[in-house]
Amino acid sequence: MVAPLAILLVHAFWSVDYLTIQRSFMLENFRTLLTSDLYGRVLGRSVAIAAVVTLIDIVLAFPVAYFLAKKVRRHREVLLLLVVFPLWSSYLVRVFAWKTILGTSGILNTFLLWTGVIEVPVSAFLYSKTAMIITFCQVWLPFMILPLYTVIDRMPNALLEASADLGATGRQTFWKVILPLSLPGLLAGSLSVFSLTLGDYITPTLLGGPGDQMIGRLVADSFGMSNNWPLGAALVLPVLLIVSILIWGAGRFGALGRTAS
Amino acid sequence: MGLPLMTALVFLLLYLPLAVVVLYSFSASEVARWPIASYTLDWYRELRQDREILAALRLSVVIGLAAALIAVVLGTAAALAIDRFDFPGKHAIRFVVALPITLPGIGTGVAKLSFFSLLTWEMSRWTLIVGHATFCIALVLNNVVARLGQLPRNLGEASADLGASPWRTFWRITFPLIRPAILAGGVLAFTLSFDEVVVSFFLQGREPTLPLLIWGRLRIGLSPEINAAATVIVLVSLVGVLLSNRLLRGGARSGEMATGTSR
Amino acid sequence: MSVAVPSPSTSTARTAAVAQPGIELRKVRKSFGETVAVDEVSLVVGRGEFLTLLGPSGCGKTTTLRMIGGFELPTSGEIAIDGETMNHRPPHRRPVNTVFQNYALFPHLTVAGNVAYGLEMAGVAKAERQRRVADALEMVRLPGVENRRPSELSGGQQQRVALARALVNRPAVLLLDEPLGALDLKLRKAMQVELKQLNRAVGATFVYVTHDQEEALAMSDRIAVMSAGRVLQLGTPEEIYESPRNRFVADFIGQTNLLPVEVVAIEGDRARVRVSGGQILTCRTTAGAPVAGPATLAVRPERLHLRSELGETGGLAWNHLEGTLAETIYLGTHTQWVVELPDGVSIVVHRQNRGPAERGESLGPGEPIAVVIDPDAATLLAE
Repeated sequence: MVAPLAILLVHAFWSVDYLTIQRSFMLENFRTLLTSDLYGRVLGRSVAIAAVVTLIDIVLAFPVAYFLAKKVRRHREVLLLLVVFPLWSSYLVRVFAWKTILGTSGILNTFLLWTGVIEVPVSAFLYSKTAMIITFCQVWLPFMILPLYTVIDRMPNALLEASADLGATGRQTFWKVILPLSLPGLLAGSLSVFSLTLGDYITPTLLGGPGDQMIGRLVADSFGMSNNWPLGAALVLPVLLIVSILIWGAGRFGALGRTAS
Repeated sequence: MGLPLMTALVFLLLYLPLAVVVLYSFSASEVARWPIASYTLDWYRELRQDREILAALRLSVVIGLAAALIAVVLGTAAALAIDRFDFPGKHAIRFVVALPITLPGIGTGVAKLSFFSLLTWEMSRWTLIVGHATFCIALVLNNVVARLGQLPRNLGEASADLGASPWRTFWRITFPLIRPAILAGGVLAFTLSFDEVVVSFFLQGREPTLPLLIWGRLRIGLSPEINAAATVIVLVSLVGVLLSNRLLRGGARSGEMATGTSR
Repeated sequence: MSVAVPSPSTSTARTAAVAQPGIELRKVRKSFGETVAVDEVSLVVGRGEFLTLLGPSGCGKTTTLRMIGGFELPTSGEIAIDGETMNHRPPHRRPVNTVFQNYALFPHLTVAGNVAYGLEMAGVAKAERQRRVADALEMVRLPGVENRRPSELSGGQQQRVALARALVNRPAVLLLDEPLGALDLKLRKAMQVELKQLNRAVGATFVYVTHDQEEALAMSDRIAVMSAGRVLQLGTPEEIYESPRNRFVADFIGQTNLLPVEVVAIEGDRARVRVSGGQILTCRTTAGAPVAGPATLAVRPERLHLRSELGETGGLAWNHLEGTLAETIYLGTHTQWVVELPDGVSIVVHRQNRGPAERGESLGPGEPIAVVIDPDAATLLAE
């Protein structure tokens, strides 16, 4: 029993330890960070993209989660497994696939040309914020569906029926009953999607344009190519800070009751 | 829009990229053009002769197995401790263990790199194993804690009541009942480690894992060979997920047995 | 009552308990943090006795049982089985076996595996083990299910397996924690009889926990009624039912009319009391009951009689209360009559439905009626 506890302790140290390293590095790098508005812009852009992706995923995931939890009777487990499976199939592969889909001679362009929506292939699909947002939304979608499914599944049907019985329309039931009760799952899912998007560097590298850098990419480059660890470490701090505040906030709403993400 | 239609479209969206990868791995053309003109197995042949990829594959398997093994041992032990004893800071410990899968990979990756450097460890397959094990532990731990929570608490008491020492109770009762959850956690841990890029990027030594090798090549340009490799990875993941799901469901079934009277 | 007849308080069961103690609890106390679950309980259970701990949930009965089994350690006090102190013995080294609530059968072992488990732990040889497992399953009338899994059995069958698994070890003490709670009514009644027979057949001391008073009355040699961590009354089912010592026991076991009264006079074991509203009654008094001032009178509904024409029989000769009929409720085996006394207090009377004549449809609500009380059936409570 000593070994796991020791590991747990070491673990705790990692986060703390990490922050102390940070502190000594920060002094040198803080000036760079504050004086150059590049970092502020990149961070702002990253947060904005993460927020947009989270919102889109909520909209996409809600009907699916509701449908699986309340409407499907047979093969529900198979459908759930189908939601989970993409999570466990290489993330890299899925991002890479979008490059194929969105490319100039890719599926999307061919399809649009065929339907006559466009007349010349659009190259702007790839290497743009749109490409990044589409990819992020698709790649992290299961993280939104699963927690939403869990909370909606637990919602007693009688509650929804009671709402209808009391004269609420479907829309009113959604806003007054389903949505408030889904809040823990919604927050848990949002937290995952937001935090995963904010920290990512794979998608920006493969699908982002030159002006679409995200904070994760800057961090990765500082540790990789430019070999400026202290700067990278200082850059990652705001990311961790934002996510930690969100975790704390979500935890207060009971969003961390989930077992696995 | 009707719910079933929305759901169908979302499922389409979820599987579109995977389908594309698998499809293009059989495309004869070097360029990912649609529609696919002719089909070939060349990329798989090339894959089989690509020493770099085979070495990376081997490394990924070794790291996945090692990380999963560490996670299984430590995760199970920690889960038992959390389930059985009430101690101060129990929630804090669960929280800390969950951090590696809650925080963005970039943060934990950088943190681990800083920590290993502080210990003056050279980045190598060992740092990858330890790094992967830390997030794998959380998977096993969550799985096993959930399973232990489902077990009626009085099974252990019944065993003691019938004269079994705590040690025998563990091996005769507790362990057989949580084995499916441990195995499922282990399989998931392996699958996750096998796919991992974000954290691995910071912890790699000279030899790349399979995802890292693919990542390196992708940055240079598209190669249909990558599609073939990706298809193989998807297959491995599929097997892993199916396996762990089957194990977990087997476990859930014996869980129903334990509470069979509640009906 | 003649002097030669022993009073009900010295029943044979209690005499046996004192002569040959099976389990002894001495000032056993258990607290979980601030809350006291069991408060200085002292109890002697005779060898081979069937004792029931009866009380509402949270009264400390299960905690008491768990301390005898060794699953909880007493905060203070002593527990002895067959004269040996058990305080620091872990459950797996006590001569005690338990039938758990919801049975706690091992889901991954067969029925035989479950029943043989204790024997295996005790190092009994395989051939002997098989024989005893078969015997035990025979004893609970469940032969031939050795190779099935617990999940393949019905609730009643699982219950029998749990019983066999405990009894096969020939324990000195068998603890039963609401073992019939999950069964339907008919099966429960049948199992009550069987448990009682098993108790006589194997000679082990049975300690049975339940919140079901009917179950307790049907099976027990003695009942310990518990509330808020204390034993309020210990006695044979008859004593507990007929002479409840306090309000809680009277109210918890069966249905009882509890009337607020004022004690006017005491004559030996008889008391004259004034029921609020001014009517005077004669009743039985018990040790510790108030000798003057306010008190509570307990009387069972089935011990009361009804009269609608008192005047003709010279009313004052009867020990009775006059009131008006509030309502009658037909309940199958009996009819419940609710009579309202002048001051608003209601009194419930049960009348067996032996035939159409006794249902008394002729009386309607609001009509005057008298409740006749046998002085021996009305008890002045101690608390």
